[in-house]
Amino acid sequence: MTKILVLVVGIVLIGFIVWWFFGKHEAAEVSADLANDKQSIDVEVNGGYSPETVVLKKDVPAVLNFTRKDKSSCLDRVVFSDFGINRALPINEKEEIKIDTSKPGEYQWACGMDMFHGKLIIK
Amino acid sequence: MTITKRFWISLIFSLPMLANMILMPFGWMLPGGDWTQLSLTTVIIVISAGPFWQSAWASFTKHHSNMDTLVAIGTLVAYVYSIYAMATHQPVFFESAAFVTTFVLLGQVFEERMRNNASEAVEKLVDLQAKEAEVMRDGKLVKIPLAEVVVGDIIRVKPGEKIAVDGEITEGTSTIDESMVTGESMPVEKKTGDKVIGSTINSNGTFMFKAEKVGDDTMLSQIVELVKKAQNSHAPIQNLTDKVSDIFVPTVLIIAILTFMVWYVFLGASVASSLIFAVAVVVIACPCALGLATPTALMVGTGRSAKMGILIKNGEVLEAVNDVKTVVFDKTGTITVGKPEVTDIVGDEKSVLTYATGLEQSSEHPLASAIVKKAENEKISVPKVSNFQAIEGKGVEALVDGKKAFVGNDKLLADVEIDDKLKQQVIELQEQAKTVVFVGVENKVVGLIAIQDAPKDTSREAIADLKARGLKTVMLTGDNQLVAEAIAEQVGIDQVIADVLPSDKADHVKALQQDGKVAFVGDGINDAPALTVADVGIAMGSGTDIAIESGGIVLVKNDLRDVDKALALSKKTFNRIKLNLFWAFFYNVLGIPIAAGIFYGIGLSLSPELAGLAMAFSSLSVVTSSMLLNKAKITSKARLA
Repeated sequence: MTKILVLVVGIVLIGFIVWWFFGKHEAAEVSADLANDKQSIDVEVNGGYSPETVVLKKDVPAVLNFTRKDKSSCLDRVVFSDFGINRALPINEKEEIKIDTSKPGEYQWACGMDMFHGKLIIK
Repeated sequence: MTITKRFWISLIFSLPMLANMILMPFGWMLPGGDWTQLSLTTVIIVISAGPFWQSAWASFTKHHSNMDTLVAIGTLVAYVYSIYAMATHQPVFFESAAFVTTFVLLGQVFEERMRNNASEAVEKLVDLQAKEAEVMRDGKLVKIPLAEVVVGDIIRVKPGEKIAVDGEITEGTSTIDESMVTGESMPVEKKTGDKVIGSTINSNGTFMFKAEKVGDDTMLSQIVELVKKAQNSHAPIQNLTDKVSDIFVPTVLIIAILTFMVWYVFLGASVASSLIFAVAVVVIACPCALGLATPTALMVGTGRSAKMGILIKNGEVLEAVNDVKTVVFDKTGTITVGKPEVTDIVGDEKSVLTYATGLEQSSEHPLASAIVKKAENEKISVPKVSNFQAIEGKGVEALVDGKKAFVGNDKLLADVEIDDKLKQQVIELQEQAKTVVFVGVENKVVGLIAIQDAPKDTSREAIADLKARGLKTVMLTGDNQLVAEAIAEQVGIDQVIADVLPSDKADHVKALQQDGKVAFVGDGINDAPALTVADVGIAMGSGTDIAIESGGIVLVKNDLRDVDKALALSKKTFNRIKLNLFWAFFYNVLGIPIAAGIFYGIGLSLSPELAGLAMAFSSLSVVTSSMLLNKAKITSKARLA
């Protein structure tokens, strides 16, 4: 009896994992705030990036403010490989990252171990 | 709290349990038994492993998972089960939770340190800059901070001082140690008119120079910028790990649940031992090793090559180098010195030179400047010239002292007369690797000027190195076939493609790409399309900005032997990436089944503690292997043989 119960619980758990991690869970795109010909947006780093997709306007100087709240060493750096940026994120400190918005397109950013990803859309 | 502190706490509280485990066979037990173990482990779980939980939960809510998810679940399952076991008077395994935490943190402490070392090597380059400079202001020399130096400033450099910015010497001579920027170990002699590079060290003389590039425009700043980009670039091989990392952790969790079910339900093992297998699976899986494999090797490899004066622009180039079959060289300025000199003049020396100088006076072609220079040395006065006309791809014609004169290459011969004796001399000169320029008046060739651009001293050795690597070498040039072949023979090149118009270079590279990947080495503006088309574009550092922009690899030292070194380094780095990835995959592919107890029948299994230790050292070993790239020997095959 217990064995059947364990089997059922196990299968339900697996089903949940598949649905939770592999199912479609669209993250919302967030546009940066425009003020005085500058745009900026706060990105919280805690078990990933929120927002995960940032939309920037082309040709307007942009700053992404990363604040790491997560102690995991996975997230202690942020890498924008297309811009040659690799910055340490001290915990609970705001780290300003300037982005060159002259070329429109989609760019990935990632944590130092390439486990967490974020997307930058310049248009 | 830092990782290091968390590690120490975890270690200190684990030690009594370690003693307990080792001394148990000798009859010694931890005072207080299970209760002591529970309190020690609770401290570790809350303080040292707590952040794992926070991170795991935060990413869980975002539908993500990471290494912390695995560590958190592994330790917590062991901890919670042990409390249950304690309540029902069964054997506990608190120490698993404690030791796994300690080992994982130990691995992270080392790894953090090494990762920082790997990434900061280049930032140190910026610190090489001089802090201040002695600048001429209002007729007086004053010391000002580096940031205030502007283009056009005249700066004095005394022996032993660092040169502040890039510029040109206006007064004085010295020898300068440029190794920090170009990687060239021998000091270089410099005199008035020579260029100096910011951040290099002046050794014995005092001189003045005019600042030409300051701030972000200096060579050092540009190199640092380039290397930073390269170090953080994405290699195509990483696409594989990107895909794997998304599904890795959930997959491992599923495998762990399956492990538990199979052991408990189908093989009839106890809850405790089934759980231990499941926990071991969760703990041994190491997505970090996969994630670190490529970036760390790329960072160390590109950083090291930069120190040698070889700038590899990104991971894509590094990967492409691996399959290169053919290396194509531009001739002028790449294989040769690029400073042609007039060696012979056939005909009436004075009049031939006079006509030629008049016609070539305003041309910027390297051959033209060789002629003008010769005329200056011979003190030939420039005649009056009018009605200039270019003969497309062949030369120029104009009225010189009232007579119609022309200067051009052998393509002109179809239109003009030349006597057989001169024709014979043309062939003789060309066979000596000399380019022949025809000078004529009123449709008849009256003289020849032979110009030679000698190969660089190192070209022959450089090409021998590449051939020893099994690569085919090709020379592309706009020069005449005979001349090109003579040069090719001097330096040992396999194949010559001569008479190529500048605009056709890229097409020839494309044609060569039919037989495999092609690397193109060049330096001029007209090489830019070929550098872009080639699978690997290698630009000589002395070349034009546009060539450097188009190349995937830049050789700062302008030494052709660095082509071989660049290929060797790229291959080493790429092989290291492959080794790292292989190790990381192999480790997971082998470790997970062992942890799941598949080989239990033959006595091979892993406790969660050992699994934790193995995991900690898998990512550490990947980072170490990348760091070892700094020590790897770069030798050319020719010298080995």
